[in-house]
Amino acid sequence: MTIKERQDEIIDEFSIFSDWMDKYEYIISLGKELPIIDESKKTEDNIIKGCQSQVWLDGQLVDGKIVFTADSDAIITKGIIALLIRVVSDQTPDEILNNELYFIDQIGLKEHLSPTRSNGLVSMVKKMKLFALGYKAKTEN
Amino acid sequence: MSFNIEALRSQFPILSRKVNGQPLIYFDNGATAQKPQVMIDALNNYYSFQNANIHRGVHSLSQEATTAFEAARMKAQAYFNAAKSEEIIFTKGTTDSINLLAGSFGRTFLNEGDEVIISTMEHHSNIVPWQMICDERKAKLRIAPINEKGELLLDELKEMVNKKTKLISIVHISNALGTINPIQEIIDFAHAHDVLVAVDGAQSVPHMKIDVQAWDCDFFVFSAHKMFGPTGIGMLYGKEHLLNKMPPYQGGGDMIKTVTFEKTTYNELPHKFEAGTPNIAAGVALSATFDFLNELDWEAIHQHETELLAYATAELKKIEGLRIIGEAANKASVISFLVDGTHPFDVGVILDQMGIAVRTGHHCTQPLMDWFKIPGTIRASFAIYNTKEEVDKMIVALNRTIKMLR
Repeated sequence: MTIKERQDEIIDEFSIFSDWMDKYEYIISLGKELPIIDESKKTEDNIIKGCQSQVWLDGQLVDGKIVFTADSDAIITKGIIALLIRVVSDQTPDEILNNELYFIDQIGLKEHLSPTRSNGLVSMVKKMKLFALGYKAKTEN
Repeated sequence: MSFNIEALRSQFPILSRKVNGQPLIYFDNGATAQKPQVMIDALNNYYSFQNANIHRGVHSLSQEATTAFEAARMKAQAYFNAAKSEEIIFTKGTTDSINLLAGSFGRTFLNEGDEVIISTMEHHSNIVPWQMICDERKAKLRIAPINEKGELLLDELKEMVNKKTKLISIVHISNALGTINPIQEIIDFAHAHDVLVAVDGAQSVPHMKIDVQAWDCDFFVFSAHKMFGPTGIGMLYGKEHLLNKMPPYQGGGDMIKTVTFEKTTYNELPHKFEAGTPNIAAGVALSATFDFLNELDWEAIHQHETELLAYATAELKKIEGLRIIGEAANKASVISFLVDGTHPFDVGVILDQMGIAVRTGHHCTQPLMDWFKIPGTIRASFAIYNTKEEVDKMIVALNRTIKMLR
């Protein structure tokens, strides 16, 4: 599935939630299910310190695609990370760099990706793109 | 006068709005307080009918604006019982006031080896400016300790005072814990040892009236927006003889007497410290805020807030796994807490969905959070217009939140 298809799938899933509680309960359950990042990858390089919560993100190149693993100390942040990983992980660097993430907006979680939220998610998306840039440069050289 | 909460609430238009489809419950007063209609009207009226630059125009409008702005200084003098209106310096707010104080006082009074004392529970704005100036002047910044209840260890602070101590800069009420520090005792002790005292009153002003001469404090700072006034204006009160010895902090218009390229002579107090066009609109709105504050029955408010704090504390403690951070014997209506198995950020996000505004995070007091070995807290801070019914709603919402998160 392309990044676009994965985003549309999530938007479709979220359309069934009639109230905020259902939506957040789902995000919380995603957060609880998120495969935890390997402890050895929780390095100073991989930490993103938000004012409110912190995020760890690691990306490994496997067969030309980047596999992301991540974690956060806050469960809602973690749930949104799970969604981001579902969309962006296991895609080529080019795909990651060339696609806009619009689903967060569409499922009504825009405020979580606002710079003022300081939960580390904005920086996390930036860092995902940086991983893609880094691996792209590596594979092309 | 009996305390009529409904009449008081009706003066604050924002309290009748909804957030996320729910009636707003505003418990983030420690960050900023809501605004009464009289203050909003004054702000609106200023820009609609009074706007002109002040202190320099001969035309009527400028005179009128100057009078309206300077009225705020007179009212501040009266409200805080300063000896003279010249002792009231308008700033952008508490942070700006402390930076002015640290920069100007520091360059005059601090020399190599001198010491400044702050406490473990300071806001970053009463830590960083002192770190910067102490670094520059090769002075030493010392930190007075606290106990596990979040109370200042007064005896240890007293022991820190020595011949090199020049200033104690201390918070009156902790924004993160609610602790009320024994300012009078600190000032009396400090003065007996020739040490000056600056008091950070950012969190005091919405809860009580302060009398700077009764305290005999040397400096006092606050932000207007925390006491139901406009953003962008605050105050540095300083004793005249000290302010006179301190050099200007910023150069520019309004702070000068004469300027030539060879030499500039500075204006008198308070204008010496007020370079450039001030926030005139905020000054005028602050003036209206003082009128509002002067109408309040502070004794009744104290009783109301004390009851609210006791009630909310007792109700919160009924929640399993909830821990209150900051249990000082003398506390303002601020409650910081943590709930086992949940992260403050998550609790804040879910409460917000139910229309309840609390603060989460480290509250700009990272060293204090480190001391407690916690990343942050959830903070409910109450103001004059909050009610027990709102506390009840928060407790219900909190129980729902915890059920979702655990």
